[in-house]
Amino acid sequence: MKIEITEQKRPVLSEEAKAEIQRVIKQYPEGRQKSAILRVMHIVEEEAGGWLSPDTMDMIAEILSIEPIEVYEVATFYTMFNLQPVGKYVFEVCRTGPCMLVGSDNIITYLENKLNIKVGETTTDGMFTLKTAECLGACGYGPMLQCGEEYHEYLTPEKVDELIEACRRGEIKGNKVV
Amino acid sequence: MVKVTIDGIEIEVEEGTTILNAARQVGGDIVPPAMCYYSKLEGSGGKCRTCLVEVAAGSERDPRPMPKLMVSCSTQVQHGMVVKNLTSDRVKEARAGVTEFLLANHPLDCPVCDQAGECHLQDLGFENGKEGTRFEEEKRTFAPRDIGDKIKLHMNRCILCYRCVYTANQLTNKRVHGVLNRGDHAEISTYIEKALDNEFIGNVIDVCPVGALTDKTFRFKSRVWFLKPMNAHRDCPTCQGIATVWMFGNEIQRVTGRKDAYGEIETHNGKTAWLCNTCRFESKDVAQWTIEGPRVINRHSVISQGHYVLKNPLEDKSTVKNLK
Amino acid sequence: MGRKLLLEHADVPGIETFDVYRKHGGYRSVEKALKTMSPEEVVEEVKTATLKGRGGAGFPAGMKWSFIAKPEGVPRYLLCNADESEPGTFKDRYLMQYIPHLLIEGMIVSSYALGANQAYIYIRGEYMFVLRIVEKAIAEAYEKGFLGKNILGSGFDLDLSIAPGGGAYICGEETALIESLEGKRGNPRMKPPFPAVQGLWQCPTVVNNVETLATVVPIINMTAAEYTKIGTEQSKGTKLISAGGNVERGGVYEIELGLSVEEFIYGDEWCRGIKNGKKMKALVPGGSSVPILPAHLITKTANGDTRLMSYESLSDGGFASGSMLGSGGFIVFDEDQCIVRNTWNFARFYAHESCGQCSPCREGTGWMEKVLHRIETGKGNMRDIDLLADINKKIEGNTICPLGDAAAWPVAAAIRHFREEFEWHVTHPEEAVKRNYGMLKGVTA
Repeated sequence: MKIEITEQKRPVLSEEAKAEIQRVIKQYPEGRQKSAILRVMHIVEEEAGGWLSPDTMDMIAEILSIEPIEVYEVATFYTMFNLQPVGKYVFEVCRTGPCMLVGSDNIITYLENKLNIKVGETTTDGMFTLKTAECLGACGYGPMLQCGEEYHEYLTPEKVDELIEACRRGEIKGNKVV
Repeated sequence: MVKVTIDGIEIEVEEGTTILNAARQVGGDIVPPAMCYYSKLEGSGGKCRTCLVEVAAGSERDPRPMPKLMVSCSTQVQHGMVVKNLTSDRVKEARAGVTEFLLANHPLDCPVCDQAGECHLQDLGFENGKEGTRFEEEKRTFAPRDIGDKIKLHMNRCILCYRCVYTANQLTNKRVHGVLNRGDHAEISTYIEKALDNEFIGNVIDVCPVGALTDKTFRFKSRVWFLKPMNAHRDCPTCQGIATVWMFGNEIQRVTGRKDAYGEIETHNGKTAWLCNTCRFESKDVAQWTIEGPRVINRHSVISQGHYVLKNPLEDKSTVKNLK
Repeated sequence: MGRKLLLEHADVPGIETFDVYRKHGGYRSVEKALKTMSPEEVVEEVKTATLKGRGGAGFPAGMKWSFIAKPEGVPRYLLCNADESEPGTFKDRYLMQYIPHLLIEGMIVSSYALGANQAYIYIRGEYMFVLRIVEKAIAEAYEKGFLGKNILGSGFDLDLSIAPGGGAYICGEETALIESLEGKRGNPRMKPPFPAVQGLWQCPTVVNNVETLATVVPIINMTAAEYTKIGTEQSKGTKLISAGGNVERGGVYEIELGLSVEEFIYGDEWCRGIKNGKKMKALVPGGSSVPILPAHLITKTANGDTRLMSYESLSDGGFASGSMLGSGGFIVFDEDQCIVRNTWNFARFYAHESCGQCSPCREGTGWMEKVLHRIETGKGNMRDIDLLADINKKIEGNTICPLGDAAAWPVAAAIRHFREEFEWHVTHPEEAVKRNYGMLKGVTA
């Protein structure tokens, strides 16, 4: 196993993001600002185009007055954070038991064929990244995938086609281009 | 003071003592092995699960047995507690299981590992392991890394005891390495290439129970059992300068902290005698040290090769404990 | 038609807003508790209601509350565990998404009972869209004077906020949740000390599941005496069940505890039977961690009694012939499903979610996953099946937290009840692969 690193300069945070970060930090007692780390990482990741580079993580460490290693430790523990560049749209297909029973394997294979990539890869045009996820809590409505914050449930190949088209038409919120 | 019985041996210890430390006060072979606990590192312990023991009676007040095996390093004794370690088949089975787990992905590269001969995992395997393996899968591997010019990291050998993380937290003012990823992908790393360069960071080598963190200045120089360990000290402005120097003829091949029977750095003058990097890495000239005399390595180790005795230690007290 | 205590108004349009929720009797329990009851009386009421924790372990909530340490001058915290990640379980999401104020109401009353002036909801990061709904509801509650200083003039202060996770099942374990909320990796802590003594920032802390906290509302409103009239001898009240897998109509249902399993799976009001008219092969009744039940042990217990949706009936027969109600995540398997493939799938889940801190779980879950994958892909041999059973035994009970047990139980149960199917995979490797991958149908793009 090898940790792969891609370098990219930290993003310039929008005023909204900065205010949001301050609001979140204030939810914790004085000196406990580290507690805000996951929320801050979600906010900064969005600002940085959907992934966290080492320099971006160093920025988070500065915001929270902690050591960079503390951010790396957290970022690599939680699966939601992308530590490599991703496409504008990230499809995370639930692959766990209940979804598998209703055909999530089919959806994953369908997406792989349709987008001509394997799980974990990004299309050459930088539009789509395909990932699998463990149980996303939609077991009664599977198969399903998450794209951005949205859940897309009761998937069929037709629905997947529609979703891809909607992304191409820009009707679905995708990652910021930075 | 509270009274506790461990494998039939009764002892009085201070309130708040853990089962493991109570056992260490008894000494000998009833002491459970500990791969992650390190009494001098706050917060350590509980992770490796090798020190599991059976609590046959919780206390005098509540003599019910505890249903699960307990980690002796983190469970405090109660007055009237009855603990079974070597006398418990459940413990032996669980410990064999933990040993098998720790060795499952281990590369078993002892022939080329500098830790061989003083490796706690070797000891654990010798005492609780089985011949052969049931693990037929491909082992996970990591590339070896330099973390600084004096320390080598072989992640393949790591058992994730977290001792080096606590060491950096508690002995240095800035930790740059930690545990990254999770599950069986978890690894010790700096994430991006960074050197561990604090004056006391060399202690991560001494606390490492296996060959994951080794001294690059001693790399492939010699097998430890060919060396003669000597107690030595020197005037050092940074640390206490109390060390063991490992000699081949009149040459010092490496310097380590002085370790007790459990592999922990000894306490001198009321303080743990952590060694600074200058003493450890840059003081290899005999003239820099006052040699006190030979060091007795007082633990299970191939350094004392040929002295392993496979007997029931409860019946025969003359075994490993008294090895010279 | 069963009584609904939690989801009664879930379908009312606009119920996620304060005004509509209030119009339907919302926040009455806050008025009742803060104005007419002492904190001790609230604790007593919840104890009397014998409310069992709804997150999966089923530990009595009132008892958990009574353990909280009360040293002078040290703040106490109430944490809501909304990290719902147990495969098969999605009831808390439903509750928060549709009636967020019910959770907030339950948390106000519970915080009052515990003497906590600060509470946090820890919600799994993937539920960010739910977080935004709850956060909006919290802002409304502040605006209307149900949160903040001196609530309803009672002198009781409470601040509440919601924090997201980042994708880690283990953070549903209460001490891992606390670590995560402190901004660290979600490594479970060793117990003791228990959170009730040293929890968040080393202060006394209670961690309760979303549904548990929401259930405090009807208990206070209707009194424990009335509440305990619903349910069975040992399982009082109602429970949210999330049904998934091969049922005709999956979703979240509130049932009165004691409903028969058969009624729930086949009844018109509930799951409406198995999809496509197929037969039921197996059931996992309480989230992926609990033992799987084969067809003949689902609607009847080994003694021939009717199997009921209750803590005691679902666990009747122990692990030999029973299972657990757990989190109420019902996963139904139809006759075409492969138990080996599913067992591997769950094993992969636990290996993926192990924090990696203690060796039996870190190494054991990964090992089981690899062995199961070999069997599943036709590369296993007979001794692998016994090996799995043995790895299981070495993990179970020997880990820091219950994830080890949760990983071990499903594998043990699958081998116990479906051993022939594992053996068939070994003796018929080619057919096994065809069967499993034959399940991938119509996948041309």
